[in-house]
Amino acid sequence: MSAPASRRRPIAALEWLGERSTHAFEEIGRFFTMLYLTLYWAVRPPFDLRQWVRQMVRVGVDSIPVVGLTAMFTGMVMALQTYRGFERFHAESFVASVVSLSLTRELAPVLAALMIAGRIGSSLAAELGTMRVTEQIDALQAMAVEPVQYLVVPRVAATTLMLPPLVALADGIGIAGGFGVAVGLMDANPVVYWEKTFQFLDLNDVFSGLIKAAVFGLILSVTGCSKGFHTTGGAEGVGRSTTAAVVMASLVILLSDFFLTKILF
Amino acid sequence: MMESPTTPVRTPTAEMRPKIAVINLWKSFQGKEVLRGINLDIHPGESLVIVGGSGAGKSVFLKHLIGLIQPDRGHVIVDGEDLACADTGVCLAIRRKFGMSFQEGALFDSMNVFDNIAFPLRRHTRMSPGDVAARVRECLALVHLDGVEHKWVNELSGGMRRRVGFARAIALAPEILLFDEPNTGLDPITAAAIDRVIVEMRDNLPVTMVTITHDMKSAQRIADRIAMLRAGQILAVAPPDEFVRLSDRYIQSFLAGEPYPDNHEEVA
Repeated sequence: MSAPASRRRPIAALEWLGERSTHAFEEIGRFFTMLYLTLYWAVRPPFDLRQWVRQMVRVGVDSIPVVGLTAMFTGMVMALQTYRGFERFHAESFVASVVSLSLTRELAPVLAALMIAGRIGSSLAAELGTMRVTEQIDALQAMAVEPVQYLVVPRVAATTLMLPPLVALADGIGIAGGFGVAVGLMDANPVVYWEKTFQFLDLNDVFSGLIKAAVFGLILSVTGCSKGFHTTGGAEGVGRSTTAAVVMASLVILLSDFFLTKILF
Repeated sequence: MMESPTTPVRTPTAEMRPKIAVINLWKSFQGKEVLRGINLDIHPGESLVIVGGSGAGKSVFLKHLIGLIQPDRGHVIVDGEDLACADTGVCLAIRRKFGMSFQEGALFDSMNVFDNIAFPLRRHTRMSPGDVAARVRECLALVHLDGVEHKWVNELSGGMRRRVGFARAIALAPEILLFDEPNTGLDPITAAAIDRVIVEMRDNLPVTMVTITHDMKSAQRIADRIAMLRAGQILAVAPPDEFVRLSDRYIQSFLAGEPYPDNHEEVA
């Protein structure tokens, strides 16, 4: 005789919870396995420099417009918002410092990483996912080529190495955007604004932002590659992996941002 | 298991060490047993064709031979070395003995035909660009393809893709060639042309060949021995002329293309 519906409901809820937990632990396991394999194969020959350079151009150079635009408008909005706010207690002279500090320490690394997660994380998952479902990864293995070494290492290395320069560029463009708005729209004194930009900014602020960027690059690329690598279920599976890669990478970036900020500052 | 009492020309003697020995191979996916204790010897220089219905475990079995899938239990011994026990370096070295052609070709779509075939040569040898080009042309000639070097994968027909896949598989002159459903989804004329290429490779190259297919005509054309895989087990192994005379009801239904009353295989 089957259990009454009222008794089945908690069991079903527990089953659901169990399944979700198992799935979450599986994902975490896959991420760290992929990270370990990437580090393992990164230091073993052959080193495919051509692939590294190709991926660095794809991640770095090709992402300059999207990261630059994001940084510029963020800097402009920051200047606009803080100017209006600080005006209320006559602290307009601190706008430049707030803009430069918040951009270098927080906004440029996080926003650039989120933009790259959307642009590169998704494409890594789609590319590797398609290769998985069309047996191209199996073909690599059959040719005695280690797919993590050939496909994942250059992509992860390129993303991890290119995120810091992109963020450095974003810092500069964001600060310039803030300067443009403050001086052009708010009639701030350009000389004073420029001085105040660097008055409270030290190298540690910039470097810690760049360290964050490298960690975010590692996270988003390993997530994208791991999701792509474990794709199943044809074209639909590739779609699922792509979406999951972006969502997961974005969440982990925001989560790790908190802990990194706590450690670095 | 039924084994032929007679020895055809290409079937090696019993004393010869098998090129690949499959011992008690078991594999299941999500609780479903796909391979259930397979034992099979593949002899040097022979062309073994494994036939079976959809979901019989043919592709899974083939992928075990090259270590793309690890067994739950059992062993795959290649030239005396156990693939399951081998460490990564040894495993890669064993894999270099293989060339594998995939069902849809599995060609790299980011490369043209030339780069696809040159890929294993550039990766594993120190051949000069001139030698690589010569070898690529030689491999393409073996599969009767000329003037397609600079075509992209999406510009090729299904039959051409398979043949480029063959050319890539033989580029490194492997000792063992694996073919995964080489003519599935092709029209009969193209399928026959593909079979002809495989037969030529069998006759002209010093290789051991394992092909999986569900096409009996193709199996008879290219096989020295045919093995029937059913529900994860080897039902029979015999040379083609004897295979067709086996009295097993399932085999006779398979040969005649008739429905089999208790066929529960088509689930995977």
